[in-house]
Amino acid sequence: MPYVTGEEARAATAPSDAAAGRGPGLLARLRDNDVWFSFTRSPITLVSAIVTLVLVLSALFAPLIAPHDPFDPATLSIMDSFYPPAWTGEGDPRFLLGTDDQGRDILSTILHGMRISLAVGFASVLFAMVLGVTLGLLAGYLGGVVDSVIMRVADVQLTFPAILIALLIDGVARGVAGPNSYQDIVFGVLVLSIGLSFWVQYARTVRGSVLVEKNKEYVLAARLIGLRPWTIMVKHVLPNVLGPVLVIATINLALAIITEATLSFLGVGVPPTQPSLGTLIRIGNDFLFSGEWWITIFPGITLAVLALAVNLLGDWLRDALNPKLR
Amino acid sequence: MTPTLSVRNLRVEIPTRRGVLTAIDDLSFDIAPGEVLGMVGESGAGKSITGSAIIGLLEPPGRVAGGEIRLAGERIDHLPPERMRHVRGRRIGMIFQDPLTSLNPLYRIGEQLVETILTHERLSGRAARDKAQRLLEEVGIPAAAERLSAYPHQFSGGMRQRVVIALALAADPQLVIADEPTTALDVSVQAQIIALLKRLCADRGASVMLITHDMGVIAETADRVCVLYAGRLAEIGPVRDVVKHPQHPYTEGLMAAIPSLAGDPDEKLAQIPGSMPRLGAIPPGCAFNPRCDFAFDRCRAERPDAYPAGATQAACFLHDATSAPPPEIAGRASEAGIRLVRAPAETGR
Amino acid sequence: MLAFAIRRLVQAIGVMLVVALISFVMFRFVGDPVNQLVGVDTSPEDRAALREALGLNDPVLLQFGRFILRAAQLDFGISYQFKQPVAALIASRLPATLELSLVSAVLALAVGVPMGVFTGLYPRSWVSRAFLAVSLVGVSLPTFLIGILLIFLVSVNLGWLPSFGRGTVVDIGFGWTTGLLTASGLQSLILPAITLGLFQMTLIMRLVRGEMLEVLRTDYIKFARARGLSRRAINFGHALRNTLVPVITITGLQLGSIIAFAIITETVFQWPGMGLMFLQAVQSVDIPIMAAYLLLIAFLFVTINFIVDLLYVAVDPRIRLGGARG
Repeated sequence: MPYVTGEEARAATAPSDAAAGRGPGLLARLRDNDVWFSFTRSPITLVSAIVTLVLVLSALFAPLIAPHDPFDPATLSIMDSFYPPAWTGEGDPRFLLGTDDQGRDILSTILHGMRISLAVGFASVLFAMVLGVTLGLLAGYLGGVVDSVIMRVADVQLTFPAILIALLIDGVARGVAGPNSYQDIVFGVLVLSIGLSFWVQYARTVRGSVLVEKNKEYVLAARLIGLRPWTIMVKHVLPNVLGPVLVIATINLALAIITEATLSFLGVGVPPTQPSLGTLIRIGNDFLFSGEWWITIFPGITLAVLALAVNLLGDWLRDALNPKLR
Repeated sequence: MTPTLSVRNLRVEIPTRRGVLTAIDDLSFDIAPGEVLGMVGESGAGKSITGSAIIGLLEPPGRVAGGEIRLAGERIDHLPPERMRHVRGRRIGMIFQDPLTSLNPLYRIGEQLVETILTHERLSGRAARDKAQRLLEEVGIPAAAERLSAYPHQFSGGMRQRVVIALALAADPQLVIADEPTTALDVSVQAQIIALLKRLCADRGASVMLITHDMGVIAETADRVCVLYAGRLAEIGPVRDVVKHPQHPYTEGLMAAIPSLAGDPDEKLAQIPGSMPRLGAIPPGCAFNPRCDFAFDRCRAERPDAYPAGATQAACFLHDATSAPPPEIAGRASEAGIRLVRAPAETGR
Repeated sequence: MLAFAIRRLVQAIGVMLVVALISFVMFRFVGDPVNQLVGVDTSPEDRAALREALGLNDPVLLQFGRFILRAAQLDFGISYQFKQPVAALIASRLPATLELSLVSAVLALAVGVPMGVFTGLYPRSWVSRAFLAVSLVGVSLPTFLIGILLIFLVSVNLGWLPSFGRGTVVDIGFGWTTGLLTASGLQSLILPAITLGLFQMTLIMRLVRGEMLEVLRTDYIKFARARGLSRRAINFGHALRNTLVPVITITGLQLGSIIAFAIITETVFQWPGMGLMFLQAVQSVDIPIMAAYLLLIAFLFVTINFIVDLLYVAVDPRIRLGGARG
């Protein structure tokens, strides 16, 4: 990326203020926008965006586009088990990527599995975002004891890696709920545990912004005319902080997907009846040594591509929205 | 006598993804040995870039795209990097605005001084340390011997800038470029630092290029001054003349905008309307023409060279013998103190 | 300096107490300790007597105090699963985890730091771009997937290295068994160490690179150039030194998370360490082991943080010495 510095160049590349007059239309301004510019200019970002879109869409429409239903016992036949991918000699054209030990079509399981992975991933990021932003707003605006407590908790939590926290919450939930009812709430627990390990970043960023805005005069003025503080925070601070929050969310999404996959692989994630990509990899791992590599490798590749694409998008977003690099 | 620094038709370009910006356009000036040249202009006018270009530290992708820079007669604008490195420090010194960030916080002052000294001179460790101590004493640091083992954050702002000056002068350069040396300092300390810089350079016979936006500092310290506008030369000449009898409408506006204790306290502060154009949006013709009280047709069409205007040189068509400004404009300019090359009475009516 | 150390010590103790509280709550209130220890046909009277004997009817605060006292003496109770003292179980598995973690950390540093410096100094060379691409993959791939892929490529296909266990270990006293002294032990260490260290390695590399780029943009580097210092002096004398200061502290913190991430690696490679035991404890809701592991990890983290804080003060003169004089 061209490295321009100095007040001169920075001033010169600011959006044109010919808009002071009539101004170009919205489309033209959009095209002129720095963010869009860097997006279209970077082939890697374009590719990762397309890949992500394709994967998300196929996951969304999995029930419609999957060639088989891997979870309907009626359609499964043990005679179909262990077919290698269709392009190898012993494959079956019905099962493009082969089948597993129970005759399930790998392609279909991957599509459904991706659905679960993405669903849990999005849900946990959403949860973390809502929780973190709310706590950050509260901590920043109320200050005092509330702020100290929240920040203390955040500091303590930051010293532990996410996976540990997620495992712990999972274990406790298991113990509290008992083995039977645990199955019912497992998704909620998963979203909760992954989300709880990620809220801190949002909270800190939002709190920082609130502290900056809180002391500005327009906030004081708004309070003087009787606007409720919550309204002020939501109307003024939130828009400012949306950019960084979005960047955090995108990077978090990749991490959430990976964390869920890890938990499932370890056997403490989603149940095998509704496997995510991680579960599929775990199941397939048992067959790695006996030569049926496709059962684990294909879900593995899918997971890797998904995580990589989302990560690249997050990287690009962070660079594009970073005022220091513009 | 060969000028210490001779800049001719300097052109600095910055390629950006939206096109090439011309940060410095056809700039020419000299600095004589021992002279202090002030370089003034608004933020973004190109003063710092000029300094960086001369010492060869333009941030990429900025580059010198045209013209010549000569140091004591030798060209230095396109030297290979290793040879330019030998010029830096040894023959050209540079000091920057913020003394706190100019010094590496992890190393002691003495270590940084000795390192600089040994880069340019073959001395024993002992001799280098002695020289470092002498330098500190010269810039007025008390208890220099002990202060050698102090860290930068243990000095106050003014003291730090003295250390910076010591570092820049350690190898006795012929030319010292000072980029806003006092802007980050307390007002009470600014005068001391400027005086110190001037004295030390005079003692060594070094020339100084003093970059600043503070006309007061220039008026006190410089011998000549160069006024920049949008990367172009506006006016250049002896300090007294430029300050008291500016011949370029921009300079004239600058001087008029300086509030004076002697003025009427109720009178509105004079301002030049509008603002300096950004590099990507410089108007055709003279860069100043949209804001100029005395602009006429030619100003909007052609770019003026620097014409002699009495004791100074000004890049303004009012001083071009072949121009014919409308009489009304000529009259107003005259009243403002601009000595046109042809008095209005001579326009042949 | 002393005041700083004392303050951090107090904070550390505070964190430990909080973790101990969580641990205690888990220990005491998740599931029923008595039920775990006795068979189904124990009479209610005997259960009540056991409850009394274990002190489970005493005030909560008293129980908490006892818990802390016992923990300080390394008495963590009896494992539900194995019916053995938890402390002994953990001690037997600790060497495996620590050896793996340390070797991974050394690997991550030894490769990550030089790579980071190189890509920071020469950001446009194709080698740098290649490293960066690989690092992005390293950050995106979940640890377990890396392990599986390595096993697939190296063990299954090439047969060069073993894929599970520790190989032959040697007892060197103090209950410490090491795999570093045997050929099979070293061979078994390679793949797990790479798996565990890869994530950290890429993290360190990106960190060092980022810091390096940041430092190279500073005013003092610019001033150093203006003084004519040689490239060697600038890059290694100034830039590197300033880069490593924050890096050293952050990598110290990373060591803690390596120990936690070991859970995943140990699962993939069946490495008989603490992490694997913890995972099995989560799956079978063996609360005593979970609680003990939590305390141990917290202690490790807090200690590492504390040491890192002291290190930071020792290395950065701005914190160590006073402010401005004359």
